[in-house]
Amino acid sequence: MSDTSAPTETAQSGPMLAADGTPLKKSLARALRRQKLRALLLIAPLLIFVLVSFVAPIADMLFRSVENQIVSETLPRTTNALADWDADASDSPDEPVFEALFYDFFLAQERKLHTRLGTRLNYEMTGMSSLMRQSGRKVDDISDVYFDQFDDLDKNWDEAEPWAQLMGAPDWVAKMEGWEKGDRLPAFKLAPGIADLLPKTAEIYGEFAKFTINEDEKSLLKEEPWGVVHTALYQDLMAADVSSYTGPQAEMLKTADAAVVGFETVGFKDGFIEIDEDWGSREVWTTIQMYSPAYTNGYFLNAVDMQKTVDGPQMRDEDEQIYFTLFKRTMFMSLVITFSCILLGYPVAWLLANLPSRTANLLMILVLLPFWTSLLVRTSAWKVMLQQQGVINDVLVWMGLVADESRLVMINNQLGTIIAMTHILLPFMILPLYSVMQTIPPSYLRAAKSLGATNWTAFWRVYFPQSVPGIGAGSILVFILAIGYYITPEIVGGTTGTFISNRIAYHISSSLNWGLAAALGTILLGVVLLLYYVYDKIVGIDNVKLG
Amino acid sequence: MADTAETDAFVAFERVQKSYDGENLVVKDLNLSMPKGEFLTMLGPSGSGKTTCLMMLAGFETATYGEIKLDGVSINNIPPHKRGIGMVFQNYALFPHMTVAENLSFPLEVRKIGKSEREAKVKRALDMVQMGAFGGRRPAQMSGGQQQRIALARALVFEPELVLMDEPLGALDKQLRETLQFEITNLAHELGITVVYVTHDQTEALTMSDRVAVFDDGRIQQLAPPDELYEKPQNSFVAQFIGENNTLEGTVTKISGNHCEVRLDNGELIDALPVNVSAEGERTRVSIRPERVEFNKDRLQEGAHLLKAEVLEFIYMGDIFRTRLRVAGNEDFIIKTRNAPDQVRLEPGQQIEIGWLPEDCRALDAI
Ligand SMILES: Nc1ncnc2c1ncn2[C@@H]1O[C@H](COP(=O)(O)OP(=O)(O)OP(=O)(O)O)[C@@H](O)[C@H]1O
Ligand SMILES: [Mg+2]
Repeated sequence: MSDTSAPTETAQSGPMLAADGTPLKKSLARALRRQKLRALLLIAPLLIFVLVSFVAPIADMLFRSVENQIVSETLPRTTNALADWDADASDSPDEPVFEALFYDFFLAQERKLHTRLGTRLNYEMTGMSSLMRQSGRKVDDISDVYFDQFDDLDKNWDEAEPWAQLMGAPDWVAKMEGWEKGDRLPAFKLAPGIADLLPKTAEIYGEFAKFTINEDEKSLLKEEPWGVVHTALYQDLMAADVSSYTGPQAEMLKTADAAVVGFETVGFKDGFIEIDEDWGSREVWTTIQMYSPAYTNGYFLNAVDMQKTVDGPQMRDEDEQIYFTLFKRTMFMSLVITFSCILLGYPVAWLLANLPSRTANLLMILVLLPFWTSLLVRTSAWKVMLQQQGVINDVLVWMGLVADESRLVMINNQLGTIIAMTHILLPFMILPLYSVMQTIPPSYLRAAKSLGATNWTAFWRVYFPQSVPGIGAGSILVFILAIGYYITPEIVGGTTGTFISNRIAYHISSSLNWGLAAALGTILLGVVLLLYYVYDKIVGIDNVKLG
Repeated sequence: MADTAETDAFVAFERVQKSYDGENLVVKDLNLSMPKGEFLTMLGPSGSGKTTCLMMLAGFETATYGEIKLDGVSINNIPPHKRGIGMVFQNYALFPHMTVAENLSFPLEVRKIGKSEREAKVKRALDMVQMGAFGGRRPAQMSGGQQQRIALARALVFEPELVLMDEPLGALDKQLRETLQFEITNLAHELGITVVYVTHDQTEALTMSDRVAVFDDGRIQQLAPPDELYEKPQNSFVAQFIGENNTLEGTVTKISGNHCEVRLDNGELIDALPVNVSAEGERTRVSIRPERVEFNKDRLQEGAHLLKAEVLEFIYMGDIFRTRLRVAGNEDFIIKTRNAPDQVRLEPGQQIEIGWLPEDCRALDAI
């Protein structure tokens, strides 16, 4: 600071200080914090409402479009074992996979989860649902082979208590014995060492115990185990040496151990193929393998008429493609509706903006009138108007413009949807247009005319460019509303005039394929955002005015 | 009323009436004719129908009755864009979505003038208003004064013979207004265009115009050059409306040629010039400009009637002194005296006698 004449404020270096010496920024922030907090409190109810009722469901929906845990949750062992199966090398996986499938499937069908899985996989491959149901009924065929032999050997193998004593820890058994109906069931605890001795049995019995206690809420001392446990025991006994075992039911176990060598057996793979030969099909297994991961792009591929194959995503056959056509139709019809709205709405908005206020108010009421009538009523009214025996056709026939036998088809097709939706969405075009036009002073038109422009030139070169922001706002509004419209296309659209949203609704409420519905919805959202972005680039969102 | 022969009138209003609602006449029997090259200002209180007249001339409003002629031809049925009249609006009305150059080239484009000629004309027009460097700007990026200049250039670029301006400087500050007033009159005279100019501001009207039409209540109250308007108002309204004015009310007691005597309501007698009075016994309102009142008896005519006055207030205003007097019961009687070395400064409370030349005191209509 060589310049001594400089004012003292500029000589001071560093941040500005408030009167009390704290940096100005900080004290300002502190002063504003209370204000901000109060503002936040004011919007908190809305914020919470929006979060709970809007953002969260949408996020959940978006998540569903990729979520695919059902396969790996229902068939955890199978998906594990299937991980390194090479579909190109063999038609169907080997025995270990089928063994895993047996355990998974048995447990799943006891918990009634296999039909859900069937429904899910049926989206990807038809026939999966019936395969699962069929297998659910017959999976006992495999386990019964072992169960019967154990039963023959010793009736106690079909009793609940010996099993519980064999598998459960002594203190747990003691607790179970003291248990009375109505009390909470004590959590199952494996006997010490049993997991090392009989690993599979311990695992499967554990699952059985968990299910019985938590879901059935029954005493393990009363419930004899599922056949699958016997199968596991057979496998364990074949592999293990139980001669050193001294715990409860040692006698019974050792007898069984000695006997199993002579048991009649059945291969898991053979067993499953016996139940349904589809289990030998490569397609079934590739489908299961492809949908093993917890997240999948399968729904999205479906939503754009593609499918997962072993060789990566591929287009579906021409005659199976529906969604792409639907998206195209939705876009096209929304555009047509938007343009119709511009065409019909522009003159009305102009009148509204330029008529004396009394007349304009009356006209405004007419514009708003549709808002005061139920959407359903309006749409149904169009049905009355447009149908072949409807008002318009009747009038045309009466006037002799149309022959009675060749009445116009104006409903249950694209035309019907376009007419009805243009009518319904028209106010959304008129209102923004009107509010923009209101801000254009009449002196511009006068100036243009005084400069020599004809009425048309003055309108086109001077008025119209200034009303473009209104067209932009109205178009965005109408287009985005149209693209996701549901009720009207549903009622008047027939088969050719329906939108993607009708398909989404179908998947939500009829086919219950929520994942696909979510994927379609996500794509729709993506398309809208993309269009918005493009629009912003071309027109500029700052140019959009709602008033 | 028109002091130019009808034949060489460039713009003529003939018995024009206008009503918006079918009940009230906003313009009542307007007669006006302007020679080519004249700068005519319409001055009048708000709602007196100035804009309406301008709009009828421009073609945006139709006359309910009467005829408007341009260059001898009735233009009643010619649409605005074919009239070839330039117009400057109060709010400028520059097209916001076009640059300055595009705004200026617009009237040339609609006239199908070639590109190179268009560019030359736009450049010339911009230079004319000293805005040559602003061609690429948008109206929103310019100050009010700059926008007004552009609006002026735009109204002139297609070389109209008649330009209408509706309070073009109304939104500008005083200093800028004065500069632009000067520029507009200069341009108008240079280009030889005929201008109809509407304003609220009487100084503007007096300084800029060849003639001023004072509007009130849908009629032209007086149409005259500025000096005549100020010095010889034809009626009380004009006298009141233009400049500062002292009024006294009374009755005509004697009238002969261009001299009359008026007995004020307090009984005193004064001399006046009969303007709007014709007979003895008529009520009148006399009007005297503050600077024409004299209290120095040496400068008054022999035998002139004098009035007693009491000084109420003395206001020093730099170049002039403004003194408020009580005269014949009127406490707002103002006199203005030049701040000269020998000038007397009156003291409040002082009793003086005032008088004037009879021709400066105009006996007008009693409202
Ligand atoms: N479009 C219109 N419809 C109905 N009445 C109008 C219209 N335009 C003007 N008027 C009425 O006509 C009368 C004259 O209006 P005009 O605009 O000519 O006045 P003006 O002299 O230009 O006033 P200002 O100095 O305030 O601009 C006013 O009483 C106004 O209310
Ligand atoms: Mg006006």
